[in-house]
Amino acid sequence: MTTLQPPAAAEPRPVPPPVRRDRRSWTGWGFLAPFVAVFALVFLAPIAYSVYLSLFRDQLIGGTTFVGLDNYAEALKDERFWASLGRVSLFLAVQVPVMLGIALLVALALDSGRLYGRDFFRISIFLPYAVPAVVATLMWGFMYGTRFGLVGDINGALGVSLPDPLSPDLVLASIGNIVTWEFVGYNMLIFYAALRVVPHSLYEAAQIDGAGQIRVITAIKLPAIRGALVIATIFSIIGSFQLFNEPSILQPLARNAITTDYTPNYYTYALSFNGQQHNYSATVAIVMGLITMAVAYAVQLRGMRKGV
Amino acid sequence: MPTHLTTHARRLLRGTALVCALALGATACGDSDDGSSNKAVSEADIQAALKEGGTITVWAWEPTLKQVAADFEKAHPGVKVNLVNAGTNKDQYTALQNAVSAQKGVPDVAQIEYYAMGQFALTEQLTDLKAFGAGKLSAKFSPGPWNGVKAGSDGVYALPMDSGPMALFYSKKVFDKYHIKVPTTWAEYLDAARDLHKADPKAYITADNGDAGFATSMLWQAGSRPYTVDGTKVKIDFSDQGAKTFTGTWQQLIDEKLLAEVPAWTDEWYKGLADGSIATLATGAWMPANLESGAKAASGDWRVAPMPQWTAGGQVSAENGGSALALPELGKNEALAYAFVEYANAGDGVQTRLKNGAFPATTADLQSTKFQDTAFPYFGGQKANKVFAESAANVPDDWSYLPYQVYANSVFNDTVGKAYVSGTTLAEGFASWQQASVEYGEEQGFTVEK
Repeated sequence: MTTLQPPAAAEPRPVPPPVRRDRRSWTGWGFLAPFVAVFALVFLAPIAYSVYLSLFRDQLIGGTTFVGLDNYAEALKDERFWASLGRVSLFLAVQVPVMLGIALLVALALDSGRLYGRDFFRISIFLPYAVPAVVATLMWGFMYGTRFGLVGDINGALGVSLPDPLSPDLVLASIGNIVTWEFVGYNMLIFYAALRVVPHSLYEAAQIDGAGQIRVITAIKLPAIRGALVIATIFSIIGSFQLFNEPSILQPLARNAITTDYTPNYYTYALSFNGQQHNYSATVAIVMGLITMAVAYAVQLRGMRKGV
Repeated sequence: MPTHLTTHARRLLRGTALVCALALGATACGDSDDGSSNKAVSEADIQAALKEGGTITVWAWEPTLKQVAADFEKAHPGVKVNLVNAGTNKDQYTALQNAVSAQKGVPDVAQIEYYAMGQFALTEQLTDLKAFGAGKLSAKFSPGPWNGVKAGSDGVYALPMDSGPMALFYSKKVFDKYHIKVPTTWAEYLDAARDLHKADPKAYITADNGDAGFATSMLWQAGSRPYTVDGTKVKIDFSDQGAKTFTGTWQQLIDEKLLAEVPAWTDEWYKGLADGSIATLATGAWMPANLESGAKAASGDWRVAPMPQWTAGGQVSAENGGSALALPELGKNEALAYAFVEYANAGDGVQTRLKNGAFPATTADLQSTKFQDTAFPYFGGQKANKVFAESAANVPDDWSYLPYQVYANSVFNDTVGKAYVSGTTLAEGFASWQQASVEYGEEQGFTVEK
């Protein structure tokens, strides 16, 4: 056993308050510094650079010139950009409710406790999320093949002629199908986790009051997971607006259906990598970022207001 | 939703934006004027550079260059060739463009396809090789590739490495089975397409779902000259007679559903070639190696014929693909780099590359008996090079690509591609391709005449 010298043994050194406050504030920054440095480097700097880039125009003939907000004016008039935004908005309006609806149903089913083999069911629903999006899209792309793919096999075996899932009219729905398959499990897990923390006493009270399962769901479960629903919706909105992987991987299979301006992100990619229009590409990315933020914020405000 | 995964892509884009921003800064600072392109480099200078040695960096994806680089190093001790695969075609051009903007990491030698030459030549990113005496080499190369490296100017911006004179590859097995005559004109080709599809509803004359390289080559053969380039003045016109001739026939193939809508280079495509359900391919002379590796099972089934003609008895061909080696203006070690390019494309390197399956751009090799008498087991022993060599000689040398063809090709499927999947006609598709190309040209500072 060792005994410690009481610190009081040292001479009492009254430190003047202003100096101490100063030192403390610097210590705080010192602890923050690693985070601030990384945050500034990987988060603020790229955004600042994008904004800087968006103020210039680089031409093959004529080089780089400062154009102020011209790129923004152009983006607001750009039909290709608005068309791509319209496409992802349609995607958002149809695919997100379907996906979240399925995820919610599955989560409620798992939570009901009446499911046989619950853990197996849960893991198999979640499994597609563990498959990298690139692999998942390649796999679906193969199944969509009308000649040698699954669709082709069905056509051949049943003697029917299914419409081509990669035709211009159907390709958005086909992408929606892939995205739904990938992310139902992810959203299900968010909902399921939220449902698990609802106190059991509420259900018992409801039972005593004579409430049926449906009533329990609408009166207890759904209000209890409202926060999770809002979060999942916001994630899904951001995901829809940023749709990129699926169309870009399916593109070689459906070159005439998935144009280079198919989604806003794919459009910025094409601007940058096909046309060397880095400046305009940065502009479109910023405009799209602002739109996404605005929509996500609006949904959050609305979701939270009703939640109170 | 793909939140996590797309952030990945976004980060990638952001990273690129950062690199570009740095690049931009560098360009702004280093506003030095060139003027170095006019200095002449004599044969003695080149020899001196070879003796002195040094390292050159070569960006190329052409596989046969590996052996050439090794041989070159052996012949010139002290010289090191750093062969880098910086991506295939478009990816490499993006990397090169970024390096040039950054004025950093620019290779000494870069592989550039003919269709992309204009973009780099016009913006003075390539050294005019006339200073090295490359002008004298014009007689060594066949007209198509030589026209390609001139990029519509009087400079010589690269030395041709390979070429792709077009020919008609066809499955003899399928043609024999249904007693269809191998077409010599495109009118006969259309008839053959109908007969074949009628005889076997699963068989198609060819696979095409819209390919910019193929379409421009077809226009080239049909006598259309949609692009006129004079420095920074550009004219785009897809309404000439040649274009009408091509779209007229091809529209019928589309309307009557005689084309297999299989994207090229996919497994489906190779399967179709192997089982003959895709019965012909009009493409460049570099195709045999791909057939041999991709459709192995069909060995012996296929043959090569001259391109079908637009006028009976004609002898017009076109180039499809092919690339050259250029010296980026910002590269160092120019004399050494030129020595390598000349060795690889006009010197001893040519034989090495031929041995490894490349298709030459040099007239002497195209016409050598050894080359022409090579029997292809895959084509049932046919001396296919005879057909290719003849085609190479029949390529009109007045075609030019846009100085921003890389971009134009990237929006081909947005515009012309619609004709393959909707009610839009090919002619309308070409009109909107023209429109998109004009808009981009104007944005990039070209004077575009419509």
